[in-house]
Amino acid sequence: MALANVLQSESVDFSNYGRKCRGFSSSLYETELGLESVGGDNLSFAVRTACSDGDGPERKIQFLHGTTTLAFKFQHGVIVAVDSRATAGAYIASQTVKKVIEINPYLLGTMAGGAADCSFWERLLARQCRVYELRNKERISVAAASKLLANMVYQYKGMGLSMGTMVCGWDKTGPGLYYVDSEGNRVCGDLFAVGSGSMYAYGIVDSGLKQKDLTVEEACDLGCRAIYQATYRDAYSGGQVNLYHVHSEGWNRVSQSDVLMLHQQYQNLTDQ
Amino acid sequence: MFATQVYGDNGKMKEYHYTGPVEHRFSPYSFNGGTVLAVAGEDFAIVASDTRLSEGYSIHSRDSPKCYKLTDTTVIGCSGFHGDCLTLTEIIDARLKMYKHSNNKCMTSGAIAAMLSTILYGRRFFPYYVYNIIGGLDEEGKGAVYSFDPVGSYQRDTYKAGGSASAMLQPLLDNQIGFKNMEGVQHLPLSQEKAVQLVKDVFISAAERDVYTGDALRICIVTKDGIKEETVPLRKD
Repeated sequence: MALANVLQSESVDFSNYGRKCRGFSSSLYETELGLESVGGDNLSFAVRTACSDGDGPERKIQFLHGTTTLAFKFQHGVIVAVDSRATAGAYIASQTVKKVIEINPYLLGTMAGGAADCSFWERLLARQCRVYELRNKERISVAAASKLLANMVYQYKGMGLSMGTMVCGWDKTGPGLYYVDSEGNRVCGDLFAVGSGSMYAYGIVDSGLKQKDLTVEEACDLGCRAIYQATYRDAYSGGQVNLYHVHSEGWNRVSQSDVLMLHQQYQNLTDQ
Repeated sequence: MFATQVYGDNGKMKEYHYTGPVEHRFSPYSFNGGTVLAVAGEDFAIVASDTRLSEGYSIHSRDSPKCYKLTDTTVIGCSGFHGDCLTLTEIIDARLKMYKHSNNKCMTSGAIAAMLSTILYGRRFFPYYVYNIIGGLDEEGKGAVYSFDPVGSYQRDTYKAGGSASAMLQPLLDNQIGFKNMEGVQHLPLSQEKAVQLVKDVFISAAERDVYTGDALRICIVTKDGIKEETVPLRKD
């Protein structure tokens, strides 16, 4: 399997334990960034013991863990906006998580779901993209990069990976935006929002995109506002809004704004 | 030590109401408590941990520090399941030696952090039940702290608390080092003496309110001159 192969080359093989001992639960508080694995959680005990009843209500309520990430295509490329909160249960583990992974100078990946899953597989994707470049003497397309990622995680379908990511970039065919997740979905689209705050973000972006032909600045403001509004209403999103713009020359980081500052800024605007 | 599900995953004992037939399953994990803390300064890093090793209602040892020296510029603090802490540190030591032999230089703090991330993710489906925090100096000599979750997600911070009392310590650090929720306060850089005093105060508070934290505090101060260790007694009850 891809995981064992990658790690084996650099170290003694400790990864075989995972194959046989899959039955053991990881109800440890792993940092969660976004969506719950919908298709059955293989990592739980087969028999529910009476002792786990204390956690009963929590396990029955399937809520999406905290994040809001969004990306949309527009005339001048792709805007990617994310929040920066990571939660472990109800505890905020960090307010400064980088949920946009810079795969290479013209490809970005967002992070939602299990933090370790997203960062590991996207780092692996960066490696694969570089190998592609060396073999084929040209940059990899967004479609191919997202396909590589989708195929990598499909091998682990049903084993409990939790990853909902958007692969954004600019290639020969123009701006590219794909949504890839650990369930095996891979869809091309013009607008995606992922995470517990996604519904709030969709509302803002849908209304803003009605006016065609946004300028770069308008699009950036729209993305920023959408994430801010999502953090306002979603308890599990917050921290800072990280904004990236992908254009024909590559991506650049537009801004990093603390939600508290944004709140005061928008408050002043409405008061005027 | 075998632990049954009666203990629950966070070490707290469950109620003893008889609810019917109860099946006890063998759990490969057990929770041994302990708190770890790391702070990065301008040219120093501090990694501190308590030295209590507990399980359920018992204390196994009062002198089991959770900071481990990796290189001259890096210290790691590991709390959670002690068995996994020991094995993990042994694996890291082995990998450090291998790197030294292949590359003829010591691993930098950033490299150790990236390597630990892949080591932890290698056990994605049977994780090491360890909360790690690495503290050390980066290539420029500035303090660096890297915090991890049990499966390898990591990021660089200025300060981080991990382990059983982390939820109590982190807000205090956010306020005193990060100046969060303070208006009109000058952001002074943290000096080494102030940082050490803060760490001591913070652990004293943790020992007051967390049963798994106490006995003694081991502080490792990493500077370009090496690693200095200090031990401070804490509440033993």
